[in-house]
Amino acid sequence: MDSLLRGEELCLAQLFLQSGSAYDCISELGELGLVEFRDLNPSVNAFQRKHVNEIKNCEEMERILGELASTLSFCCNHRVSVCLQEQLQRLEVELGEVTRNKEKLQKNLLELREYTHMLRITHSFVQRTSEVSYEEFPFLEKDTVMDYSSMQRLGAKLGFISGLIQRAKIEAFERMLWRVCKGYTILSYAEVDEYLEDPETGEPSKSIVFLISYWGEQIGQKVKKISDCYHCHLYPYPTNNDERNDVVEGLKTRIQDLHTVLHRTEDYLRQVLMKASESVYTWVIQVKKIKAIYYILNLCSLDVTNKCLIAEVWCPVNDIANLRRALEEGSRKSGATVPSFVNRIPTSDTPPSLIRTNKFTSGFQGIVDAYGVGNYREVNPAPFTIITFPFLFAVMFGDLGHGLIMALFAFWMVLYENNRKLKNTRNEIWNTFFEGRYIILMMGLFSIYTGLIYNDCFSKSLNIFGSGWSVKAMFTAEMWNGNRFLTLDPNVTGVFKGPYPLGIDPIWNLATNRLTFLNSYKMKMSVIIGIIHMSFGVILSTYNHLHFRKKHNLYLVFLPELLFLLCLFGYLVFMIFYKWLVFSAKDSREAPSILIHFINMFLMQGDGVPPLYPGQTGLQIFLVVIAVLSVPVLLLGKPIYLNWLHNGSQRLGMYRVRGYERVRRNSEEELYLMRANDMEEGSSHSDLSSSGDHEAEEFLHQAIHTIEYCLGCVSNTASYLRLWALSLAHAQLSDVLWAMVMRVGLRMDTRLGVLFLVPVFSLFAVLTVSILLVMEGLSAFLHALRLHWVEFQNKFYSGTGVKFSPFSFSLLPSSFEHDGLL
Amino acid sequence: MPSLLFCGPKMAACGIVISLWGVIMLAMLGIFFTSKSAVLIEDVPFTEDDIRNDKNPPQNVYALYNQVGINCFIAAAIYVAVGAVSLCQVRLNKRQEYMVT
Repeated sequence: MDSLLRGEELCLAQLFLQSGSAYDCISELGELGLVEFRDLNPSVNAFQRKHVNEIKNCEEMERILGELASTLSFCCNHRVSVCLQEQLQRLEVELGEVTRNKEKLQKNLLELREYTHMLRITHSFVQRTSEVSYEEFPFLEKDTVMDYSSMQRLGAKLGFISGLIQRAKIEAFERMLWRVCKGYTILSYAEVDEYLEDPETGEPSKSIVFLISYWGEQIGQKVKKISDCYHCHLYPYPTNNDERNDVVEGLKTRIQDLHTVLHRTEDYLRQVLMKASESVYTWVIQVKKIKAIYYILNLCSLDVTNKCLIAEVWCPVNDIANLRRALEEGSRKSGATVPSFVNRIPTSDTPPSLIRTNKFTSGFQGIVDAYGVGNYREVNPAPFTIITFPFLFAVMFGDLGHGLIMALFAFWMVLYENNRKLKNTRNEIWNTFFEGRYIILMMGLFSIYTGLIYNDCFSKSLNIFGSGWSVKAMFTAEMWNGNRFLTLDPNVTGVFKGPYPLGIDPIWNLATNRLTFLNSYKMKMSVIIGIIHMSFGVILSTYNHLHFRKKHNLYLVFLPELLFLLCLFGYLVFMIFYKWLVFSAKDSREAPSILIHFINMFLMQGDGVPPLYPGQTGLQIFLVVIAVLSVPVLLLGKPIYLNWLHNGSQRLGMYRVRGYERVRRNSEEELYLMRANDMEEGSSHSDLSSSGDHEAEEFLHQAIHTIEYCLGCVSNTASYLRLWALSLAHAQLSDVLWAMVMRVGLRMDTRLGVLFLVPVFSLFAVLTVSILLVMEGLSAFLHALRLHWVEFQNKFYSGTGVKFSPFSFSLLPSSFEHDGLL
Repeated sequence: MPSLLFCGPKMAACGIVISLWGVIMLAMLGIFFTSKSAVLIEDVPFTEDDIRNDKNPPQNVYALYNQVGINCFIAAAIYVAVGAVSLCQVRLNKRQEYMVT
């Protein structure tokens, strides 16, 4: 299982694809998702590529499908196999025609309805005014045969203009008419009762029927122009009753006919859409695939004979057999006579990094990759992160009850991980939690463990094994008479019966000096865990040195680094353990301060304080000298060695050149083998001419690394104290929550006090989840992540690689999903 | 019959979770109070009086412990009822989901 530790071995391969079967072969590869294609035409821009027309066609199809999808409200899955593009274009034309017809019919219907309204309402004007019976216009009721030319009062002809106008515009219209025509017109109007659809905006709006009677031709023209300005719909005004009745009858029949036709059109439209909806989803996927394949075909180059395409791919070495099989399958599908084949070629480029993960490891690999994808075949911190990350989180979180709730929540997510509703929600935050469900499960389980060690469960300690301290013994010793505090002195017989088997003794929960005790314990624990974590990081770098065959790094980089770290901080850890083991409650008055001893070690003063153990001064001087000596080795060792190697090889190179003239064949082979060997190893011998630059760069690089490492050791050790800080914060927050919320409910003394406990508990639950689980959990997650990314990984990880992104249909983004259409 | 549904699916699920947690935690608290755990001394509502004027030394405080313990058990029982109501709400919600589609 080398893959998770280091990443898979990749090789560069050339695919020779016959022109006829290129499309099918690439389709096969897309289904399998094996290889990453390299761009062989990097200098060609997007519009000059070979298959740009096909891609344009695909985008056209996508557009049609987008419009189709937006007119549909549902779709289901059926198989369609006929030529896609023709089908889609035909469908689009048909839909367009039907929709246009429908719109025309609706416009027609609207006009007819408006005309009907107008006739009806102006008829009511006529009815109204005929009662008053003005002399000036003897109206139609009195005389059925009346031509407008016979109304000749004042020698001018009386004319009528009638139509409909929007309700919002009627006042302005009226005012305009008055101003322009100055009383030569009479405007009567009334509102239409029902809402008519406005053809431009499509919204229902109210219209007003108006009837303008005017004298004179000129006025008639003006009125017509004004009506046009106000977008009125004008209809011819019938001159007598018979004509009016005829028109009304005609309109009624026409409206009925139109209704029928519209109904039929809508039915037809619905049928067409339903048929299309059955296959729209498949079509979308097909078009996506086609477009992707043409993109890849654009990346290939044509060979000399113009009959076959050449593609360069990065392929995992273990998958070459699968690649061959896929090409054979593609050739078979396209019915080509000449098969396509694959050829592995040597290269000096660094391949991208591929690390295969399963659903459990993918979360941890994700958080490592968020910092930086590893270089090709570099040690991958992810398998170690699976354990250390939840552990460091748990050290900062450390509560049994909270850990249990977190673990149960994660366990629920894991049990229901195949539930489609949970997997496919669009909520970003939920998706983040769901993707990390295994991480959260591990964090919860480890927190249960550290909760047991810290003996903290919702801020209360559990007394599982029986406390090791006895109050009764202290009472019988009668030492409390003058004291304000009831102290338990472990030096008195019988008070301290022995350490608690697992974790912190529960009696500390009742002690006022609880924090003093725990702080000392947690700080020392943080430093110890930090040094172990960092040393582990330094040791991991040996894997890299050995794999990339740079053994000189082992002696010139790894050894000084390790010595520096262990001589100084490893000794600090040793002193911590020594003090814990050697000094007990009896000599607590004379127990030395480790910090003073550590400072004295650097200042080389040993006189002020009594030694911890015999020979301490000597040992400390020895360790400091080793640490100080390892710094120049780290600083200068590697550049000097590489320089010597370089100059040495330069001299050797000269010999080789001379030897080449004498015995050609032998040294040619040697040179070729040497160069090939170097390429395989990944180390490069630079040009003889640029050796000076290379040296200075190497020295500068190593100087930066030394400074960073040495100063980093000190600061990173201190940085691990955040393990103490966060666990203290969590414990205190938990305590405060219990004291201020739960205690209030429990201390209720009255009859109804018991009912008060119910809402108090739910408040306690909500605050626990939101503050202690979510906020503190995110905080501890972040700090544990930082400890991994900075303090652990900068000891061995470079993380400047490129991720292997294979060509696979399942990884294509879908633009439709963004629009929420599918 | 008017609908008995008064909360949505998420609220009902929250109700079930909190009731379950409440039942378990309050029951355990009740057990710890009745077994007179020392760690919980701060949560017992005793006063100076209880300690000084006690005829039978720990009995007053013990009685208070028992009282708080019984309070916890009663609250746990109420949470059982709340849980049952939430369960009904969840079932009604599910049924309504089927009926709409």
